Amino acid sequence: MTTPQNPLPESPLSSQPVANVQIPAAQLLFWSVRRELWENRSLYIAPLVAAGLAMLGFFVGLTHFSRTMHMGSADPAHQFLMLVMPYGHTAWLLLLTAFLVGVFYSLDALHGERRDRSILFWKSLPVSDLTTVLSKAAIPLVVLPVIVVVITAVTNLVMILFNTAILLLSGLNPIASWRQVPLFQMELVLIYGVAVLALGQAPLYAWLLMVSAWARRTVFLWAVLPLLAIAVAEKLVFNTTHFLAMLGNRLIGGSTDAFSFITPSGAPVDPHFIPLSQITPGRFFGNPDLWIGLAFAALFLAVAVRLRRYREPI
Amino acid sequence: MTCIEARGLRKSFGATVAVDGVDLRVEEGRILGLIGPNGAGKTTALNAILGLTPYQGELKVLGRDPWLDREHLMRDVSFIADVAVLPRWLRVSQALDYVAGVHPRFDRAKAERFLAKTSIKRSSKVRELSKGMVAQLHLALVMAIDAKLLVLDEPTLGLDILFRKQFYDSLLNDYFDRTRTIVVTTHQVEEIQDVLTDLMFINRGRIVLSCSMEEFESRYLEVMVNPEQVPAARALKPIHERQVFGRSILLFDRADRQQLAALGEVRTPSIADLFVAVMGIQNGASQGAAQ
Repeated sequence: MTTPQNPLPESPLSSQPVANVQIPAAQLLFWSVRRELWENRSLYIAPLVAAGLAMLGFFVGLTHFSRTMHMGSADPAHQFLMLVMPYGHTAWLLLLTAFLVGVFYSLDALHGERRDRSILFWKSLPVSDLTTVLSKAAIPLVVLPVIVVVITAVTNLVMILFNTAILLLSGLNPIASWRQVPLFQMELVLIYGVAVLALGQAPLYAWLLMVSAWARRTVFLWAVLPLLAIAVAEKLVFNTTHFLAMLGNRLIGGSTDAFSFITPSGAPVDPHFIPLSQITPGRFFGNPDLWIGLAFAALFLAVAVRLRRYREPI
Repeated sequence: MTCIEARGLRKSFGATVAVDGVDLRVEEGRILGLIGPNGAGKTTALNAILGLTPYQGELKVLGRDPWLDREHLMRDVSFIADVAVLPRWLRVSQALDYVAGVHPRFDRAKAERFLAKTSIKRSSKVRELSKGMVAQLHLALVMAIDAKLLVLDEPTLGLDILFRKQFYDSLLNDYFDRTRTIVVTTHQVEEIQDVLTDLMFINRGRIVLSCSMEEFESRYLEVMVNPEQVPAARALKPIHERQVFGRSILLFDRADRQQLAALGEVRTPSIADLFVAVMGIQNGASQGAAQ
């Protein structure tokens, strides 16, 4: 025997030290989120398709735009808008796609695993209900926003490079278009925008997750009908529409507080290009509606964690 | 060391009592077969042990309260709650990655070795595998976890006999090592008769029989009685009597082996035959009570 390091024959006892090894919470969360991306490939495929459509629209528009350029539009503000519009379109299209994907994902997240009985497999592993619910909430609140920012940046970069190539081929100086299209600024505003939406819409996604943990079937109806019922009851009893207004504001993530759509000179801001100077984070974070909404989001998620503990396959 | 200890374990769904005051003690290193008819409360009892359902009464699994401490308990307990709970979209490679990522006691190399013996491809999705292969995959994952307790609830339901045989062979040869404890429920009782160290019958939420296999073999005897000796045999109070090819087979509890040998051929009954006998007594008793 020349291996004194391991004098004992291998026995089941030799695996005992492993017993105290713990997996860090961050690692559990990482694998749980990764698992969600494996299961729901639409989370990134749908935004990629949307980006493809935006790019297609850009190529088609390019021929149209060059024609209007030749016709010569006198107004420089209008010309600028025509120039940045396709880049703004990318962001809006991706935001809308991410919203739809996020809603349908959340409706199914804690229902699907009960429907296909796989909850029995997930629960056989040392991952807590809290980690599972947080990983599922992270999809619409963190993962989708990041996907929107990254895909928009890449798409717009490809678009401006293509534009540059066209200009070079036609013997024009491309530097002007790089100067004129404030891509970096647009990306910064988008990052701020997705953060605003994630915070503002958090109670909405948390509500959907809670209903998907609770409902046995027709999750969508259970998610929508109670809200409608409250709105109708309010209208009938008090003849007011506060609840509906509140819902509408959560739906757009309280973003009316986050941006000023009137410039200091009194001109309206076109939604295709919101300059960095128009963001109003002070007003957004100062509105108690945001914090009340976040408190409700936390409550809904806490209920979802508890529900998942009790839930069995359907 | 005691692996599972329950006192007055009770669980009801509305007016239906699924588990009705069960006392249970499973020591480390045993292989317990939990046998009962459909709806007897087997799965409910196992779910309580696994922390999947709340319950009344006292229950400790490896010293922990399973309902309050499921995620910690699952480091030392693994289970196959049913055939086909692996999600259909999951790839084999993803299953290995995921379990390796979240389980501190998962030995990936061991799972790979087990899978290498099967025809399961790493790139396959669960939906592309046959039912038997899914069971093999699940078993590979579970056997590679260095757990103290393994719970199997109908792990071979719907599999053909070759897979079922392989399943229990793998379990005994590659997994069980006397420091682990296994609790298994199945309807294919005869296939696990040689595997078990302990036996428990459960009916209507109550334990109606609990013994070790040594006890089972010494206590219960079955005699194929010669026709002319049937009245004499009946006088010894068999717990059950059945006819096979016109001959009477009588089942005795705690009878004298030599006395029985005089009446015909004596042998150890199968668990299935004892189960039928015990359930018959149960049903008779409850009918008598109803009258």
